[in-house]
Amino acid sequence: MTENLIERWERLPELVNADARLVHRGRLVTLEALVGIGEHAYHVGIERGRIAALLRGPFLVRSWRFAVRGPAESWRRHWETVPEPHFHDLFALAKAGHLTIEGDVQPLMANLFYFKDVLAAPRRLAGGH
Amino acid sequence: MAAQIDPILGRYVHLRLGGKPHRVYFEEAGRGIPLLCLHTAGADGRQFRHIMTDPAITDHFRVIAFDLPWHGKSSPPEGWQKEEYRLTTLGYAEAIRVFAQTLDLEKPVVLGCSIGGRMVLHLAIAHAREFRALIGLEAAAFQEPWYDLDWLHRPDVDSSEISAALVSGLIAPQAPEWARWETLWFYLSSAPGVFKGDLYFYRVDGDLRAKVRGIDTSQCPLYLLTGEYDFSCAPEDTRGTAAEIGGAEVTIMKSLGHFPMSENPDQFRRYLVPVLDRIRGGG
Repeated sequence: MTENLIERWERLPELVNADARLVHRGRLVTLEALVGIGEHAYHVGIERGRIAALLRGPFLVRSWRFAVRGPAESWRRHWETVPEPHFHDLFALAKAGHLTIEGDVQPLMANLFYFKDVLAAPRRLAGGH
Repeated sequence: MAAQIDPILGRYVHLRLGGKPHRVYFEEAGRGIPLLCLHTAGADGRQFRHIMTDPAITDHFRVIAFDLPWHGKSSPPEGWQKEEYRLTTLGYAEAIRVFAQTLDLEKPVVLGCSIGGRMVLHLAIAHAREFRALIGLEAAAFQEPWYDLDWLHRPDVDSSEISAALVSGLIAPQAPEWARWETLWFYLSSAPGVFKGDLYFYRVDGDLRAKVRGIDTSQCPLYLLTGEYDFSCAPEDTRGTAAEIGGAEVTIMKSLGHFPMSENPDQFRRYLVPVLDRIRGGG
């Protein structure tokens, strides 16, 4: 189950970069964020809205602007075709304690439509693709 | 070719609120029992356009929605630039009651969503005799915050984008795309600081937990309807409030979130029309 989840997540660069409207939304975003999926930590390098690098950690000393971390189960349920209540949105997950958001969240908040769509992108691969 | 025109009329009424003159915009459609609709924080009366074009409702109800001052087509009062906008319980209640009195609405039904739902609880506590029935959508006496309000009005974050992006998560995944994005458009159209000012009422001034026990539903029936996907006012928040009130009727609505009337009008009317039918029948 987790393997399939990670496979879907690791297709993030193609999912985002092929979506011209989404890249346009993030055109002023250039930073590195950390996304934690269970025990796996990923550094997501974004350059002008495109996913330029998706690096699987752990890294001993590496900076990031903000981190979004949760158990694999939280992401699995977030990426279902029709997520259940409390799993359908980043802040719903955070409010319910299924996810943490830490660090310098200004770029996240200033580009929230963009980051919500980026982090939900693996949902498009729901159904065993 | 016949023009397709919605049977909705929009006009302005001049009211004195908080000691100042205001020019308040309202829309209405239908005839019968007055049904006064209160929009959500940071939005305006456009949210009710589907209720105003539903003959099952407008054949029996005069549906009216006004834009609170600072919202939609109701400008802020003169001198607005010298103050920080903050909606208070007393100011909000005054706006509703003065509007209803000025328009000679006789014992209206009030339907309010989100902050409007919270206000419906306040009306039930303080002014129940003035209303035929009260309907609270996404209503609870108190809700736990889920983000810091300071994000809503600061120069390094676009206030309309952040408001819409935050509330986007309160819409159920089943909402049709066009309705989801029209609902968000209302948030994208709001002036900076207004959503934040409304939430002062929601988060700071309007905590009704100590007061809802005083609601007497024999004076005025109270219906509470909450969408299953609303995590701001979650079903358990509404149920918790209703448990304190004898006789309040709770309905948890499937496939709906925090904006039932605009995010998925067809789904919402399945829940709303039976409630209105009961109110019409004296229930």
